[in-house]
Amino acid sequence: MFKKLAIGAAFALALTPAASFAAGGGDQHIEDFAFSFEGPFGTWDQNQLQRGLQIYTEVCAACHGLQYVPLRDLEALGYNEEQVITYAADNFEVFDPELDDFRPAIPTDHFPANTAVGAPDLSLMAKARAGFHGPYGLGINQLVKGMGGAEYIASLLDGYTGKEKEEAGTILYENTAFPGGWISMGPPLADEQVEFADGHSNSVEHMSEDVAAFLMWAAEPKLMDRKNAGFVGVIFLSILSVLLYLVNKRLWAPHKGKLRPED
Amino acid sequence: MSHAEDHEGTRRDFLYYVAGGAGVVATGAAVWPLINQMNPSADVQALSSIRTDVSGVEPGTQLTVKWLGKPVFIRHRTGAEIAEAQQQDEEAIGSLPDPLARNFNLNADAPATDANRVMPSPEGEAEGAWIVQMGVCTHLGCVPLGDAGDFGGWFCPCHGSHYDLAGRIRKGPAPENLPVPPAEWVDATTIKLG
Amino acid sequence: MSGIPHDHYEPKSDGEKWLNSRLPIVGLLYDTLMIPTPKNLNWWWIWGIVLAFCLALQIVTGIILVMHYTPHVDLAFASVEHIMRNVNGGYFIRYLHMNGASLFFVAVYIHMFRGLYYGSYKAPREITWIIGMLIYLMMMGTAFMGYVLPWGQMSFWGATVITGLFGAIPFVGEAIQTWLLGGPAVDNATLNRFFSLHYLLPFIIAALVIVHIWAFHTTGNNNPTGVEVRRGSKAEAEKDTLPFWPYFVIKDLFALAVILVVFWAIVGFMPNYLGHPDNYIEANPLVTPAHIVPEWYFLPFYAILRAFTGEVWVVQFASFITGGIIDAKFFGVIAMFGAILAMALAPWLDTSSVRSGKYRPMFKWWFYLLIIDFFALMWLGAMPAEEPYATFSLIASAYWFAYFFVILPILGVIEKPLTPPETIEEDFNAHYGKADAEATPAE
Repeated sequence: MFKKLAIGAAFALALTPAASFAAGGGDQHIEDFAFSFEGPFGTWDQNQLQRGLQIYTEVCAACHGLQYVPLRDLEALGYNEEQVITYAADNFEVFDPELDDFRPAIPTDHFPANTAVGAPDLSLMAKARAGFHGPYGLGINQLVKGMGGAEYIASLLDGYTGKEKEEAGTILYENTAFPGGWISMGPPLADEQVEFADGHSNSVEHMSEDVAAFLMWAAEPKLMDRKNAGFVGVIFLSILSVLLYLVNKRLWAPHKGKLRPED
Repeated sequence: MSHAEDHEGTRRDFLYYVAGGAGVVATGAAVWPLINQMNPSADVQALSSIRTDVSGVEPGTQLTVKWLGKPVFIRHRTGAEIAEAQQQDEEAIGSLPDPLARNFNLNADAPATDANRVMPSPEGEAEGAWIVQMGVCTHLGCVPLGDAGDFGGWFCPCHGSHYDLAGRIRKGPAPENLPVPPAEWVDATTIKLG
Repeated sequence: MSGIPHDHYEPKSDGEKWLNSRLPIVGLLYDTLMIPTPKNLNWWWIWGIVLAFCLALQIVTGIILVMHYTPHVDLAFASVEHIMRNVNGGYFIRYLHMNGASLFFVAVYIHMFRGLYYGSYKAPREITWIIGMLIYLMMMGTAFMGYVLPWGQMSFWGATVITGLFGAIPFVGEAIQTWLLGGPAVDNATLNRFFSLHYLLPFIIAALVIVHIWAFHTTGNNNPTGVEVRRGSKAEAEKDTLPFWPYFVIKDLFALAVILVVFWAIVGFMPNYLGHPDNYIEANPLVTPAHIVPEWYFLPFYAILRAFTGEVWVVQFASFITGGIIDAKFFGVIAMFGAILAMALAPWLDTSSVRSGKYRPMFKWWFYLLIIDFFALMWLGAMPAEEPYATFSLIASAYWFAYFFVILPILGVIEKPLTPPETIEEDFNAHYGKADAEATPAE
């Protein structure tokens, strides 16, 4: 019995991600937002993604690129071909090596990279940050809460305390979600900064959530397809397991007596 | 070894068949993605339809664009060329090496008249002003030269095929007219290929 | 062929005879598939099939990924994103490959500890054990190099740190490290050679797997009692065994299907759980991530590597008697590889007359402690290199070596083992009862 317990416990530990052990939580505070895409059955909220795109375009894009995301993928946000063409042409210029010049972006282009002020690219940001590490750095809460990349982004955008300090010539802003507590990016969002066509609330908190959801989509556009494939596979393999269990039992039956194993 | 020979009855066999069938389905379901991943990826598929701005193509000139990895000739014909093309139509129709239009936008059996080869013109332009065709010789795949050959259309330098102003093969080894790809006007100055 | 007496393939038709006299491949496959297998094998014996599946999965998904991947420092990261976003089903194939490595290591560790508990390494199965250890080493090499290919931050810095281990070798270390990297630091040359070797090694592993199977098909499987199959006659052997097909194939496939349910759920719903977020940031030689952590399956040995610092008296002693040639860094490297070597030497370190741990009352507890030790090391390997983890690591590492070099040899002498059953048949019947249809032939 002890053996089985020990191995069971050990196995659970083995499944704990290495990452979570190491990442020291510090005094970071990550809010566990209830995003619509979470969990095995969660789906995107298209309106939210569209609002997120709008915030990215009007605010974030000034400093941050999104270089791995093709503009054509925006059709997944519920836009039609014409809208994507217009959006691309209106908002971005890309360098065309064939023309040796800049031209308005078309859907087959990617969002441009943006290295103007050294801000990190946001294409994969929602996967490159883990929001949750606990308990005790074991990362087991990720089983329930997920990695929390989107939560990290939303918490960060909504986590400014308003305090600033100057260090080595740069101004740092206090942020409750950022590791270390001081971030060099000034608060990017202000209440009512972006006007939404659907009249949705444009408080900093809501906008933070919206843009975080959009960046989760940008980082993992196949999230829904993946979960569907996972779901179909799990169901099918479960059926196969049951069938193989029955076959195995029947196969062995003539060779086994009536005694049941003790444990 | 075979349990199918067992006299025990069919319930056992049935279970084995169901399990075996499920195994086959699982294998099939696993194999398909392995094959499908070699089909064109989303970025390649996205290039199967392109939009070309032709506002800068003056009458008498030709724009060559790349579509599906091949050249496409977009020719803006002058009034004189349109007239000449219609004349070629009259003299040659009935004796063409390839009597079919080879126009993707029309039925496969449409005859190779000039009207069946050109694009519908945008408003305000003479009929037959625009002709769009694949720039690939139907003989062995070379790229023909524009404004050349015995018929004032295209000439393939590889083996000497002559195409007329409507891109029809008139002389030389090429078997077919230059194919007309799927093309339409999105607005007055933009052509969509594919 | 020696081994357990059993029916061999007899070509019947003319066509079969024709083939058999030229290439006895059907006979070889028949003998392999119908190999008499101890019928009392328990569920710990299913991991071999899982491992074979993992190898096949990794090779198949790997070959596919290569069709879309570009091994160049400027393009590698982007090409992985191309796979994730553009290639048909690419995101799933990539996640399968990524998590397949973890399943591979889960299986190999259970497989190894099963062997350690049931004495599968003991005579006459030493060669099987050694080949297995070689496969394990190759797996570690392959996994390490594979992790470099996506060219994320952890790829880059993991490669930098691990190749740095070779730099610790006295005198020639730096030259070896430069030779491994193809330059002064991890760069395009490194990426390309790692890509080449990552593609090659799995096929060498596959060849070793065949040798591994060949070896234990010659000696016969071990089993939970550690008692050998009776080989006096075919009839006697058949009382202890059942043919591998269909009995064990179906049993193993059932277990595999159950394991795949879990695996599939992880790939579908939480594929990045075992990964590290920093690897979604493109490699940057100018910025080191805050915490460099190897993948979970390297952590126990990584902990041993870090445990031996300059303050440890063994290290100071080694440094003193070698005149400083063995410094703390090199000692750590020796300890890490020594920990794996210790396992490889188990057949000669275990002095017990009884094979299976089931009948060794004292051994059991030391073995359970070894498992706990293994997980403790795994946890410590991920902790920052500071107190109290450093002390814990040292204790845990010490136990690892003590188990193999002290406890195994001594236990065999001082322990009074229980008496295992006479035969496998006896064990099987004690567990399940005598079959009603004992008269029915196994076929």
